Amino acid sequence: MNLKKIVESLSQNERKIIPYLDNSLKDICKKTTLDKVSVLRALEFLQNKGVVKLKTNKIQWISLGINGILYRKKGLPERRLLNKLAERIILPLENAKRISGLTDDEFKAAIGALKRKAMIEIKNGKIFLSAKKEEIAKKTLEEKFLESLPRKYEDLQPEEMYALKSLQERRGIIEIKNKTEVNITITELGKKLMKTELKNEEYIEAIDEKLIKSGKWKGKKFRRYDVTSPVPEIYGGKRHFVNQAIDYGRKIRTEMGFKEMTGNMTVSSFWNFDALFTAQDHPVREMHDTFFLKDVKAELPDKKLVEAVKKAHEGGIAGSRGWGYEWNEEEAKKMLIRTHTTCLSSQTLAKLKEKDLPAKFFAIGTNFRNETVDWNHGFELLQTEGIVVDPNANFRHLLGYLKQFAEKMGFKKIRFRPAYFPYTEPSLEGDVWNEEKQEWVELIAAGIFRPEVTEPLLGKPIPVLAWGPGFGRMIMSLFKIKDIRELNKNDLTQLRKMKFLIK
Amino acid sequence: MANIRFSRKLFEKEIGKLDKTMQNKIAMFGTTLESFDDEEIEIEVFPNRPDLLSYQGFKRSFLGFLGKEKGIKKYKINPPEKDYVVKIDSSLKKIRPYTACAVIKGLKFKDEKIKEIIEIQEKLHNTIGRKRKKIAIGIYPLEKIKFPITFKALEPDKIKFVPLEMEKELSGLEILQRHPTGREYAHLLAGKEKFPIFIDAKGDIMSMPPIINSNLTGKITEKTKDVFVECSGFDFEIAKKCLNIIVTTLADMGGKIYQIELKGEVNEKTPDLTPQETPLSIENANKILGLELDEKQIKELLGKMGHEYEKGIVKSPAWRTDILHEIDLIEDIAIAYGYENFEAEIPEISTIGEEDKKETIKRKIAEILSGLGLLETSSYHLTKPEDMFKKMNVPEKMKNNYLEVEDSKTDYTLLRKNLTHCLLRIFSENSDSEYPQKIFESGRVFELQQGKIIEKESLSVAVIPSNFTEIKQILNYLFKMLDLEIEIKETENFSPWFIDGRVAEIRINNKKIGEIGEIHPKILRNWKLKYPVALFEIELEEIFELIKEEG
Repeated sequence: MNLKKIVESLSQNERKIIPYLDNSLKDICKKTTLDKVSVLRALEFLQNKGVVKLKTNKIQWISLGINGILYRKKGLPERRLLNKLAERIILPLENAKRISGLTDDEFKAAIGALKRKAMIEIKNGKIFLSAKKEEIAKKTLEEKFLESLPRKYEDLQPEEMYALKSLQERRGIIEIKNKTEVNITITELGKKLMKTELKNEEYIEAIDEKLIKSGKWKGKKFRRYDVTSPVPEIYGGKRHFVNQAIDYGRKIRTEMGFKEMTGNMTVSSFWNFDALFTAQDHPVREMHDTFFLKDVKAELPDKKLVEAVKKAHEGGIAGSRGWGYEWNEEEAKKMLIRTHTTCLSSQTLAKLKEKDLPAKFFAIGTNFRNETVDWNHGFELLQTEGIVVDPNANFRHLLGYLKQFAEKMGFKKIRFRPAYFPYTEPSLEGDVWNEEKQEWVELIAAGIFRPEVTEPLLGKPIPVLAWGPGFGRMIMSLFKIKDIRELNKNDLTQLRKMKFLIK
Repeated sequence: MANIRFSRKLFEKEIGKLDKTMQNKIAMFGTTLESFDDEEIEIEVFPNRPDLLSYQGFKRSFLGFLGKEKGIKKYKINPPEKDYVVKIDSSLKKIRPYTACAVIKGLKFKDEKIKEIIEIQEKLHNTIGRKRKKIAIGIYPLEKIKFPITFKALEPDKIKFVPLEMEKELSGLEILQRHPTGREYAHLLAGKEKFPIFIDAKGDIMSMPPIINSNLTGKITEKTKDVFVECSGFDFEIAKKCLNIIVTTLADMGGKIYQIELKGEVNEKTPDLTPQETPLSIENANKILGLELDEKQIKELLGKMGHEYEKGIVKSPAWRTDILHEIDLIEDIAIAYGYENFEAEIPEISTIGEEDKKETIKRKIAEILSGLGLLETSSYHLTKPEDMFKKMNVPEKMKNNYLEVEDSKTDYTLLRKNLTHCLLRIFSENSDSEYPQKIFESGRVFELQQGKIIEKESLSVAVIPSNFTEIKQILNYLFKMLDLEIEIKETENFSPWFIDGRVAEIRINNKKIGEIGEIHPKILRNWKLKYPVALFEIELEEIFELIKEEG
């Protein structure tokens, strides 16, 4: 900026301090009658305009503490004790304390200090003065130091450092504060500016109602702003980033022709496990993995369905051998908080009529696992679920839907490999390629529901393509989050700064 | 899930070089390559394939997948020698009714091998054995045992033997109390009047399944060459399969298999490696997979997975536990075909997508509130009793109707009854964040009423520092924007966290849907909050109904 423009951009305070830039900060305040904060702010602005260079030094400033002030006036405890001793040479400890008028702590400190200096000796409960008169008359290092305060720490001589340390050990004598000291260097531009006559020409500052109405701007100049200088940040209200991502997932699914399933998070073992051909002794059904609910039992659905599920488990159904064990109805009545949104799929299938086929459903929701919490694990997980119920569906379609969904979520490279789940066959896991780590990362679990699942629920083994990718991982990847706990952390500072999902 | 580790050198010598293609093949076989270095390879085995839980088992199947072997691997089974008999006593009926047994001869037990076998045994225990509950495996040095063996149940105080890793004789109960393995698995026998034992013709107790072997007759050493193996449990079919897995693994290590004659309720000779037969329709396979494979191709692909196909019938190895239905064979066909070789396709079926109406309304509410500068939060559904009750000053008699989970691994043990305490917790955790803080959250709350669970969608808005006027302004704005009329009514009957005289019921169509008010300083102090909080919480169910009706 040239000089003229700079002149036009000066605020009133800046104008005021320019003539005194070669003064100390204290003097600038005095001469301009501005307070320190205003001067500092104006100096900052001047620095932005290249008029001055400011250098702030952090200095440690040693000053007197509460006791220090007192002792400077009345003398250090050891001095006061010494004075009393000088009168009598020998004093019993008890008397010494009373006569000197010191507190317990002060008395102890005084005795210690005098012993260290070999000015007294203590024998048989009495104090003997051993210092000579001249020695007593001389000021101690500590006393001299105390009188010299306040001081800058960096200026201390070695023996003063010693005095400081010994005084610091005692309460309230010394106080060390960190202060900042501002050095002003005037730039070439600044020097020119100081020589320039700053006419008291009136510049318009903020525009207000009065000014607009009065038309007083005519013929006057608007003070130039430094439009490049930073301004304080503000933040607006917004949806939680997890919900932004869920909305996006929902949008993708509805665009792909899927209908949303919702339902309770508390569910019976029947819908969560039995209807999904998960044997009753499967490890997932242990308390170790699943949150079962206390004091409540489920009602099972209609008998026909329960019987069919029982048969599927025991001796098999639709050409299956079954798991070959005795199915227990009570086990199915145990209530839990859902371990997967697949329990919504089992309930949806049970309600579905053949005339409604083909049909596609999705769900996005929270699931629960009895887990401890760390950066990679938690007891609440988000999952998105999709099913396609179509008499003509096949394995290649499953791969097609998954590829399409992954692409829409921003994953370009995907591979499928065999996997195992109790309720799907064939089963697969989908890995997506992580460019950053250069490795495959597991993202999707999928398969075609087994006949042992579909026959009881749908009345015949119609193929149902099903998949349930962990949605939490996708959200973490969308928002570049590394710690799963951040999804429910509710750190307001972080939430205020969180970017919007532009999708 | 179980992982197995084996020597990379052995793998490269017997199977092939572990290059990129091989790494991919391992994944495409359905066994994730977990990790590898110069020494070792670690793979993950899914729970449906316990037959892969040893290097020998994995090699047997994987060589087929690579096309280096085909069909069912054959093992020679020798008939029982003259007194190879295990009598199964009827006293076991409700205790541990089944066992399947075998003898393996000619093994060389080096230290390493013993460790390997114990590992396989433990992996089988933890997978198909369901932590020894369903199946437990015992292996004994043959030279220490005299046939015939009896499997029976005995009163715990009559059972006396020196268990493995101990020097003193203990009774059945003492083993459960004092032996480390006994304590770990005590729950499997606890409360039973009699405990199961294997006892030999000399009257020596060999073991007390599923807990521990005897130190005298049940300890494998480097000198052991011949062994007796038993799998006991509650499911005879699974016991037999488990035995098949072990004996074929031991045979792959160089042993010879001999049968045992079981006598009792079942009279059978085990092991029996007769293949399992399952009918397969080629049409079904092609329909499910979306392929057009002919019989020859199907035969070829099943052969790679260790099966044999003949005229609509598939013979599968007797150590496979996972073939329940033809669909399991169809998956094996898909694996052999290669998941990477399937062409993904999206069928042309037209369905109409639809969002749940409640979600639409919830999103609109969130938009209205964020327009006022409020931040949405997202709390856990599980909460701490201390947060929901103690910090909210809920009196003892009002601590009811809540849902508690069993055996949580964290101190979040209850399902939340309201969102209010969650929002106060957020304020409490954010005392270093800029004020004012204006937040809202909508989500599920839970209650237990007369044995029935009630789940509802709820909405709470809270501001700190704030007052009644400000929060009421927000409430009014929200309902104006939703075009619904609410009534604010004084109440005597309010939640214990509000200040009397600064709390009101929120009503819609003469029905209470929530509360609005200022939070009592007692509660603010409990949460270490330094500024006043005003908030409201409402149930959304009524609002969903009203908007739907209009809709």
